[in-house]
Amino acid sequence: MPSVSMTVNGKAVTGEVEARTLLVQFLRENLRLTGTHVGCDTSQCGACVIHLDGIAAKSCTLLALQCEGAKITTIEGLAEPNGPLHPMQEAFRQNHGLQCGYCTPGMIMAALDIVRRNGNDLDEHTIRAQLDGNICRCTGYHNIVKSIAAGAKAMAKGGGPSRQAAE
Amino acid sequence: MSATGIGAAVRRKEDFRFITGQGQYTDDVVRAGETRAVFVRSPHAHAKIKSIDVGAAKKMPGVVAVLTGAELAADKIGNLICGWMIHSKDGSPMKMAPHPAIASGKVNHVGDAVAVVIAETQALGRDAAEKVKVEYEVLPAVADPAKAKSGPQIHDVAPKNTIYEWHLGDAKATAAAFAAAKHVTKLDIVNNRLVPNAIEPRAALAEYDAGTDNLTLWNTSQNPHVARLVIAAFVGMAPEHKLRVIAPDVGGGFGSKIFIYPEEVVCLWAARKVRRPVKWTSDRSESFLTDAHGRDHVTHAELALDGNGKILALRAKTIANLGAYMSTFSSSVPTYLYGTLMSGQYDIPAIYVEVDAVYTNTAPVDAYRGAGRPEATFVVERLVEVAAREMQIEPTELRKRNFIKSFPHQTPVIMAYDAGDYGASLKKAMELADVKGFNKRKRESARHGKLRGMGFSTYIEACGIAPSQAVGSLGAGVGLWESAEVRVNPTGSVEVLTGCHAHGQGHETTFAQLVSERLGIPFENVSIVHGDTDKVQFGMGTYGSRSGAVGMSAIVKALDKIEAKAKKVAGFMMEAAEGDIEFKDGKFTVAGTDKSVAFGDVALNAYIAHKFTGAQLEPGLKETSFYDPTNFTFPAGCHICEVEVDTDTGKTDIVTWTAVDDFGTVINPMIVEGQVHGGVAQGIGQALLEGVVYDKDGQLVTGSLMDYTMPRAHDLPSFAVGLTETKSPSNPLGIKGCGEAGAIAAPAAVINAITDAIGSESISMPATANAVWSAMQHTPAARQAAE
Repeated sequence: MPSVSMTVNGKAVTGEVEARTLLVQFLRENLRLTGTHVGCDTSQCGACVIHLDGIAAKSCTLLALQCEGAKITTIEGLAEPNGPLHPMQEAFRQNHGLQCGYCTPGMIMAALDIVRRNGNDLDEHTIRAQLDGNICRCTGYHNIVKSIAAGAKAMAKGGGPSRQAAE
Repeated sequence: MSATGIGAAVRRKEDFRFITGQGQYTDDVVRAGETRAVFVRSPHAHAKIKSIDVGAAKKMPGVVAVLTGAELAADKIGNLICGWMIHSKDGSPMKMAPHPAIASGKVNHVGDAVAVVIAETQALGRDAAEKVKVEYEVLPAVADPAKAKSGPQIHDVAPKNTIYEWHLGDAKATAAAFAAAKHVTKLDIVNNRLVPNAIEPRAALAEYDAGTDNLTLWNTSQNPHVARLVIAAFVGMAPEHKLRVIAPDVGGGFGSKIFIYPEEVVCLWAARKVRRPVKWTSDRSESFLTDAHGRDHVTHAELALDGNGKILALRAKTIANLGAYMSTFSSSVPTYLYGTLMSGQYDIPAIYVEVDAVYTNTAPVDAYRGAGRPEATFVVERLVEVAAREMQIEPTELRKRNFIKSFPHQTPVIMAYDAGDYGASLKKAMELADVKGFNKRKRESARHGKLRGMGFSTYIEACGIAPSQAVGSLGAGVGLWESAEVRVNPTGSVEVLTGCHAHGQGHETTFAQLVSERLGIPFENVSIVHGDTDKVQFGMGTYGSRSGAVGMSAIVKALDKIEAKAKKVAGFMMEAAEGDIEFKDGKFTVAGTDKSVAFGDVALNAYIAHKFTGAQLEPGLKETSFYDPTNFTFPAGCHICEVEVDTDTGKTDIVTWTAVDDFGTVINPMIVEGQVHGGVAQGIGQALLEGVVYDKDGQLVTGSLMDYTMPRAHDLPSFAVGLTETKSPSNPLGIKGCGEAGAIAAPAAVINAITDAIGSESISMPATANAVWSAMQHTPAARQAAE
């Protein structure tokens, strides 16, 4: 079986995977990082969004082997254990941007990428358009939009742990 | 109101684990030696199984077992059931066809399981599943409920594919009212079939302990105790006390995770056979084939009015598609959750509803957010809006003329509404939506090539499901009470074991708000426990907007008992008579004195038992209540939708959404608003975007998220949400419930708005750009506006 090496949340990891193993399966099953979720099989829902070399990517649409040598950040990598939450995470909590929580890790990782590409002063229209690749069934998006706008602003104030997602 | 008490927008306790990726959903649970189940499913909608050859599959790498329906039957595993008996007009019972967990002689819908592969990994299981050779004799299929009765017979027990022919109301009085009516409005309505699509797919993980002969099931269930009861008592998998069901974090349900499905039955059976844990997680495409779908009604409805627009009667005839098998609650949705809401918010003297439920070669259909009430509201609110247009009466005016104004109000369709003020929510919604300014906005839209429309939906629902004796008399096989056990620990912290389940509703927060305020203890000191049949003795779960009205009422009753016992303990501590003790803000005080003890001290004393003897009082401070509601609750409100329709493309933009709802007492307004947002989003999805399509051979055309349009952020507006309050007199907190309101109200508001915009009533759901554009081509007014 082929083997693959990459850095996940700052830690070097190696694993043996079948050629057809998806990155999301590698993360969830080999590395036991179950924060990244599978919600569909056609790359629509976005529950699997992670950061690949600083850019948002759908881990259900990447083979693990494609990520040889890559730097991956998952939801678990946004804040140190026992450390402060990332301002985007805190914004979701303050603004009730989640209900069942299943789409949330992917939403947060996608939100960070929206900030990376569009800056910290995001208007509603931009956020809604940029969330095309993330589906939520619980919230109706109203509070997700509020959360992302607030999180983006808070990130501008320099908040967040040193291991920021957007490297 | 304290910062963490009833009415406060407290931030949720449960959020921490979800925003840090530490939630524990069923697929996250891993058991040593775990195998994966992959189902072999029928590609045909209707076929006889001539043979199944598992020889090649068994030899594939990593295969532990390949099992079929014949082996399931040989092991005497019982069938799945529908737990609500409905009788037809002629008194005959509904025709419930056998539903084995793996099909044996025949398959009845695309996706019906015929075998299961148990393998070391999912990938190896899939490889092996492809090697299972099934020989089918394909039979003609019927997918359209309107054609079911004349289609090929699916089940021996149900001639003409008819499950029941049910009715409610007074046929004669209704006919007489129609005969005397000045105006009759008629509509043909399709309530489009939907897939709930919670973002977490269904999953089941079963484990058998041979040493104790105990089975454990982790399952994405909204009601683990009901799953345990059905799987033990009806499917006969194991005695109830030898089966533990755990519903951990569940990623959305919306009704689809209420039901007991074949997959969890098969996982349990297989785990005991192969002596290793068996895990199954649905693919999204598999969800489309096997999750219970929602809605799927074809209705002809009529409204009779006098010359002043006063409603005299309503009648409706509905064909309800229940799919290939009757799912757990399926029979109740188009009957007692539908027909009973046909009065809407209006004082209607005579109503008659007929519902024929049919089998088709499609996935089973059962409750989906709103369950019968969105269907009823759509019928009533479209009839009322169209009648207003036909009679040239302002739609809000027609509604006001017919609102129920005195309570309690007994409708002709069983429900007795307890309290409400429909005029108040309409008035507030109209102000919030600036209805007065609509015509100006309409002219402005026209200047930009858009047709602007406004649609109302003044809905009501029956929630807080439900008074057990009442539903029992209507055919329910279970009671719909709820339980709560309040455990005060010696150190004064509290655990509440609730029979409800949370899959997004925030119970860990809202239930703690209630307990914290009542006992005067910090919010952080209250834990809410749910979802494990080993911890919570019994409960009926969460659906039907019941966890506030019924679940929290059980907690209140248990807290009453806690307070009563604590007063006894306090009396011993302060050497005062129990009757002289008052409890307020966490302190027990001897009336008329300044002698007091704090709740925490009382808790400790209850357990160290130094101040009283065993003969005087039992130690401990733990009380249980099983609360059976005395009535349904009746949340109601007014939603106003304003749209712009593009004259070139037919695309509808929802420009504003205004919701004013009466949910009675609100525990956490932030969470309640979130429920309204989510419900409205689903209702808009139904109206504009979503719809299951089966072709005439029963092939599922909308088989994935590529073809089934889920609402995305850019499809939806922000929502303006307001509240009015008339407390429910039927439970101690006055709560009505809020979980389904948005999904119930929204579709009618959207379609009323679009039809207003284009001047045609020929719009069906989903009102896609193509559908609206086509309607506009046949509508003179719309064509003119486009030019």
